[in-house]
Amino acid sequence: MTTAAQPKETSEKVELWLRMYRQMVAIREFEAQVNELYTRALMPGLAHLYIGEEAIAVGVCEALDRADYITSTHRGHGHCLAKGASPDRMFAELLGKEAGYCKGKGGSMHIADPATGNLGANAIVCGSAGIATGAAFAAKRLGNGRVAVCFFGEGALGQGVLYEVMNLAQLFKLPVIYVCENNLYTEYTHYSETTAGDILMRATAFGLDAASVDGQDVRAVHGIAQRLVGRARHGDGPGFLLCNTYRYHGHHVGDINREYYRPKAEEQKWKTERDPILNFGKWLVEQNFADAASLAQVQSELQSEMKNAVESAVAAAYPSVDEVAEDVYA
Amino acid sequence: MPETAVRELTFAQAIREALAEEMRRDSTVCIMGEDVAEAGTPFKVLAGLLEEFGKDRVVDTPISEAGFTGLAVGAAMTGMRPVVDIMFGDFITLTMDQMVNQAAKVHYMSGGKWKVPMVMRTTMGATRRSAAQHSQSLHAWYCHVPGLKVVLPSTPYDAKGLLKAAIRDENPVVFFEDKMMYKLKGEVPEGDYTVPLGVADIKRVGEDITLVATSSMVQVALGAATMLEEIGISAEVVDPRTMWPLDEKTLIESAKKTSRAIILDEGYERYGVTAELASVIATGAFYDLDAPVKRMGAMHVPIPFSPPLEDVTVPTEQTVFEAARALCGK
Repeated sequence: MTTAAQPKETSEKVELWLRMYRQMVAIREFEAQVNELYTRALMPGLAHLYIGEEAIAVGVCEALDRADYITSTHRGHGHCLAKGASPDRMFAELLGKEAGYCKGKGGSMHIADPATGNLGANAIVCGSAGIATGAAFAAKRLGNGRVAVCFFGEGALGQGVLYEVMNLAQLFKLPVIYVCENNLYTEYTHYSETTAGDILMRATAFGLDAASVDGQDVRAVHGIAQRLVGRARHGDGPGFLLCNTYRYHGHHVGDINREYYRPKAEEQKWKTERDPILNFGKWLVEQNFADAASLAQVQSELQSEMKNAVESAVAAAYPSVDEVAEDVYA
Repeated sequence: MPETAVRELTFAQAIREALAEEMRRDSTVCIMGEDVAEAGTPFKVLAGLLEEFGKDRVVDTPISEAGFTGLAVGAAMTGMRPVVDIMFGDFITLTMDQMVNQAAKVHYMSGGKWKVPMVMRTTMGATRRSAAQHSQSLHAWYCHVPGLKVVLPSTPYDAKGLLKAAIRDENPVVFFEDKMMYKLKGEVPEGDYTVPLGVADIKRVGEDITLVATSSMVQVALGAATMLEEIGISAEVVDPRTMWPLDEKTLIESAKKTSRAIILDEGYERYGVTAELASVIATGAFYDLDAPVKRMGAMHVPIPFSPPLEDVTVPTEQTVFEAARALCGK
């Protein structure tokens, strides 16, 4: 880096990098606890872990303001945390408890929180593309300067509504960024078997500012996200960011025997060579922005924070059954 | 009733007036859909709104029902009150995920935090010689979904008051207009009034039989009631006006009074609105009924093109008259 000549910017940047590192570790430790909860049969329903993809949520959300909007997916814990959700209320939601973000009515796949601009995780693949585009429409009409980010997996590339809303977003010059997380597997099928042609060209065909990035490199993700968010906020229209990444676990926690769709060696290679946290940590140490001990300290702090959050969620109360018919209508 | 002059307006003019008044009253109300701006829709219902409110508020969209409906959901969540125009009710099939999985569920899934104050206006009704894909009355599909409200106005007065109430409602409301009624004239007060959702209206008082009718079937029921009067049968015509919320009490009270009931609705009879309303009456007025509740809806066939074929698919004054006479044993 050549920022030594600008000490103020350097210290701000270092602060940002350390915050991003911490946030990525927080997501990983959160998900490790989810895995544990599920394995111990304490968690009802399904859990789709974000482990391996942390750099995308963090890199993108660090380019957003708190009032900006995101929509998320069934694999959404990372996005929610990166946008500012608190782990204890998320765990409570995952366990169906009253103290959860949605009073237990949404669960793992539907965390929503107006306070952090989270319009909601969505369990329909591509289900939130319209919502994110609409939030950008409202932001433009109301002139509040907000930007909306739509996170989705490459599986959503098969849904027609994505192309409908990208067309609308470009026609109306809306401040929305479509962030495609290509983790290579559409559930249990390699994306090459489901995706014809060139992904980026699908966005450029509509005139979107489209870019692809190494989704394991949080600095790279953040840099491009900043550019796309900046131009969207400035009124220059929508963007599309293709992030190449990998999910370490199965499609969901119960997807253990995966060799019929991907080899173990492939998983191992991503984990050892392309881990976003390990590699970023290494870089921070090399640059003298952190040392190994301080990084280990970050991990142990977050580990115990997540453990405490889980414990309080496990101990928290379920909603009263009287709640079942509340909130159907506003 | 407000202290204002009463004029005659067509059903279409009443709809337009409701929209114009709400758009003047609330700058977050906007209209979007195919050919809503310069064209004012093929039915000319919206003619003149573009001139008054401009392109930012009367928004022409591509032919992308799913896309712009989804956009409206997100815009409604974030500060707008969109009124989406789905030209033919048959096309609501294309909006199903956005309305059923998104709009209807956002409030509940988020534990009551996000709201979706949007209106979908669409059409229904056969006998326009438009064949199987432009003639259906599919309102029952949306009645089935918790989280949605469904409105079926039958007069210009109700159309204006119900649409204004729908726009001010905090929930997604689907508003079905029978395209064969756009030229129907009726008294409509100038100025502001609303008709609350969930309140039925007795369109004609009678003693011997209750005709519960929705949308254009109200006119059919009124015509049949005149014919019945000539043979000494006094028919009461009850219009629920909204399918959900449903004014069960008024339906049951009327059936208790007359002891006989026929339910008329232009949707398919099987598994349709008539089945639900008949069940409400059969349950609520059981001990006062002198005959089984009869249902009359659309035949279980795709709507045919050929006029003599199409005409037999929906109830008419004559068929209702005969059914009522038979039910009364005359």
